[in-house]
Amino acid sequence: MEYITVVGLEIHAELKTKSKIFCSCSTGFGEEENSQCCPICLGLPGTLPSLNKKVIEYAIRAGIGLNCEIARKSFMDRKNYFYPDLNKAYQISQYDKPLCENGHIQINDKRIGIKRIHIEEDAGKTIYTNEARLLNYNRSGVPLIEIVTEPDLSSSIETSECLEELKEILIYLDICDCKMEEGSLRCDVNINIESKDKTIRSNIVEIKNLNSFKAVKKAIEYEESRHRFLLRENKNTIRETRRWDENKKITVAMRKKEEAQDYRYFPEPDLLKIFVEESFIEEIRKGLPELPNEKRNRFILQYELPEYHINIMTKSKEMSNYFEEVVRTVKNPKMVSNFIISVLYKRLKDDRMDIEDLKYKIDDFVKLLELVVNGYISNNMAKKLYNIMHETGENPEIIMKEKGIIQLSNEKDIVKIVKEVLEENLKSIKDYKNGKKKVIGFLVGAVMKKTKGSANPQTVNEIILDILRKK
Amino acid sequence: MELYYKNIYEIHNMLRRKELSCEELTCTILNRINNIDEKLGAYLTIVKESLSEAKAVDRKIGNGDYIEPLEGIPYSLKDNISTRKIKTTCGSKMLENYISPYDATVVERLKKNILVGKTNLDEFGMGSSTENSAYKITKNPWDLTKVPGGSSGGSAAAVASGLCFFSLGSDTGGSIRQPAAFCGVVGLKPTYGLVSRFGLVAYGSSLDTIGPITRNVYDCALVLNHISGYDTKDSTSVNRGKKDYTKGLKNGVCGLKIGIPKEYFHDGIDNRIKEKIIEVVKELEKKGAIIIDVNLPHTKYGFFTYYNIATAECSLNLSRFDGIRYGYCKNEYDNLNELYSHNRTLGFGKQVKKNIILGTNSLIKTNYEKYYEKGAKVRTLIIKDFKEVFKKVDLLITPTTPTLPFGIGEKIKDPIKMYKSDILTINANISGIPALSIPCGFIENMPVGVQIMGGYFNEEEVLTCAYEVERMRGEITWNTSL
Ligand SMILES: [Zn+2]
Repeated sequence: MEYITVVGLEIHAELKTKSKIFCSCSTGFGEEENSQCCPICLGLPGTLPSLNKKVIEYAIRAGIGLNCEIARKSFMDRKNYFYPDLNKAYQISQYDKPLCENGHIQINDKRIGIKRIHIEEDAGKTIYTNEARLLNYNRSGVPLIEIVTEPDLSSSIETSECLEELKEILIYLDICDCKMEEGSLRCDVNINIESKDKTIRSNIVEIKNLNSFKAVKKAIEYEESRHRFLLRENKNTIRETRRWDENKKITVAMRKKEEAQDYRYFPEPDLLKIFVEESFIEEIRKGLPELPNEKRNRFILQYELPEYHINIMTKSKEMSNYFEEVVRTVKNPKMVSNFIISVLYKRLKDDRMDIEDLKYKIDDFVKLLELVVNGYISNNMAKKLYNIMHETGENPEIIMKEKGIIQLSNEKDIVKIVKEVLEENLKSIKDYKNGKKKVIGFLVGAVMKKTKGSANPQTVNEIILDILRKK
Repeated sequence: MELYYKNIYEIHNMLRRKELSCEELTCTILNRINNIDEKLGAYLTIVKESLSEAKAVDRKIGNGDYIEPLEGIPYSLKDNISTRKIKTTCGSKMLENYISPYDATVVERLKKNILVGKTNLDEFGMGSSTENSAYKITKNPWDLTKVPGGSSGGSAAAVASGLCFFSLGSDTGGSIRQPAAFCGVVGLKPTYGLVSRFGLVAYGSSLDTIGPITRNVYDCALVLNHISGYDTKDSTSVNRGKKDYTKGLKNGVCGLKIGIPKEYFHDGIDNRIKEKIIEVVKELEKKGAIIIDVNLPHTKYGFFTYYNIATAECSLNLSRFDGIRYGYCKNEYDNLNELYSHNRTLGFGKQVKKNIILGTNSLIKTNYEKYYEKGAKVRTLIIKDFKEVFKKVDLLITPTTPTLPFGIGEKIKDPIKMYKSDILTINANISGIPALSIPCGFIENMPVGVQIMGGYFNEEEVLTCAYEVERMRGEITWNTSL
């Protein structure tokens, strides 16, 4: 039997606001335990929340970026449950009237529906030690948005692509730094499989709190095969919540869905209803940066790059900015993207670096490409120079001087070497005269070899032709 | 008249003219507390530091600096209003040793006053007799065998017996007005949003208000001047600019349209009280008020609505008291759930537990529609009633309580009767309108309160009418025999 995988995501993204959602405490990461708390975010008796307007703004940015309808009227709810790190014993969230609904995200040619985006506060953090449970409330009241997709994803690869795209959008929108390792982006996966005719299906399983894209992918793949196996055995999965065991690379049951709590949702009486003015949405819309998809379309039109190049040049905000900065001076987009992909991007990948980590200045990279474009150095030499720049952070001209690399652009010098090469390859001259034009390539190669790549191949080519014609 | 029964205006003048030092004044109050509070049980905590604060005010007066009309006046606070460095127990074991790290907004606004103590209340404000405190029972200063009303019973008793010049109470369903009526003092529940709730330990968030309890209307207006106004820390507080509520007090009731809602004079109300109220109404008519019979058809659903909303909100507001962060903690448990349930079972009193269970029940998924949601819908109807009626009239006059102060222990076993002591006051909370209780006479030597309700943010006319009632009624001879 052939099965289709059905995946829906719930993504928690921490908003990049400076202060918390209901008070003015800082949201900074990695500060000393319980140093960023006040009576309000600790939920002390008598305190009241006041909603941070930036949170609404950022959530609307997310909504627009993910093509959602923005609710003109919405409100906050209380979601009730007891947990030591939930200080009020309820979380202020949105249930009935989320701020954004009915959006979508485009991956390749497929649209993945976004059911809703709502705002809520984060809880504190419980740290388990052998002796005790310790509580750190620095995160308590940190603003989050929860993005809920429709179950439109049908494979682990598609899910990865969707998450990558989503991450990119949130970064472009500048509302979340998407550092999964710091918990600023967390993901829950709902998954089941069904037969093509939809007559047989496994029960939906929720995998909670996945904190890397890799874990998401692996967990989905694990679940797919677990579900297949069970159905093949005429059994079914249990509606339950599972977690990903990173060490064993398996999912483990946490609790059954039937035991799911009744959260007793309730409209939050301490906060006013949220009324969003049309003009506020328009203002946000106007202030929005170019999003990945828009950028891709613009790159295709403006730079006429092949698709593969477009994808890599727009892979991240940093990469596309870098590209555009270089192209502003080196007006040969194809050559620039080619060099970036084959040299720069490759090194970044090999060294697990981000573009911000590059040691040399962008101006030096521009200089390097200009040397190539103006025919001072060959592509090959540029590659060598690049690798030195990459490691030392030095300027290409200085490297050339230091390493004694001198570009042979002096025609007399080149002519001399060409003549030497021709004398060593008399047979080639004969072949050329007999119409074998291919020998030119061989001769250019020989000259390049003799000059250790320092001659400009274009010039060499011209000189060889010139001499041969005269012969 | 004894110093401790003087009104704020007189005291202010004495302080300003240096006929009296703030230290003497504060000493007088502390001494009186020392002498009689053992019998009365109005206070839970006495603030000894108040004397040094009084000295600071004296220094200021000595320097010839201007002092505001309320400055240096000793006052008390219901013990569910948060104070830095001073315990806030809410009358509950759960918060036995809890000291809030911050001051409530109203406390900040009364920074120039002398806080002499924190007053007893029904635990977390739940009750109508101040018998539900985990610490003590407060008694009615007019008759120590009777309750002072609740839940701000400590505050009302303290004001009525000269243990402070004014007090702040909280009113969720009548908790300021009902004890004010029982103790013969003025109690105002302001419009929801006029006074910041920041720092008030919540009972029913959408119903709770903080308001003044005083011995006369002028004092009430004066205190309201200080505590009202927009607060960024309470997003339900309303930004309307400052007002001087003492200004219009003497405007008189001539031409004011006063509605008498039929539904507030039903059979459950003591006839003698009804008669007293009618007397007041007739006299107001003589003073030029236009009396109109009106209807508030959804009044009778107030009881159902109130208990659904108040208990639902209370069940959530009180869930933070789990014995982990603060409050009562019994360290005997095998797992987390046991820890919670032990602490909540032993830390909360009966009334609170009852409310939590009622509230939780009306919020569970299967009941939500039947109770909470229906309550919210009826609430809209009650609000509509008031909006309609205030198109026709400026104020409404009703009794504050259906009965005279009852005996201690009399209703504690009959919860429905107890709940019904709030029957005439709860609709003002459901709708958020201002309402004030002022004594209008005595029956069997016990005070009787008349309730004046107004449209949203119409505290001014409510106070004007109350001032007129006060003039008609004449001075109260306070019980000095305590
Ligand atoms: Zn805070």
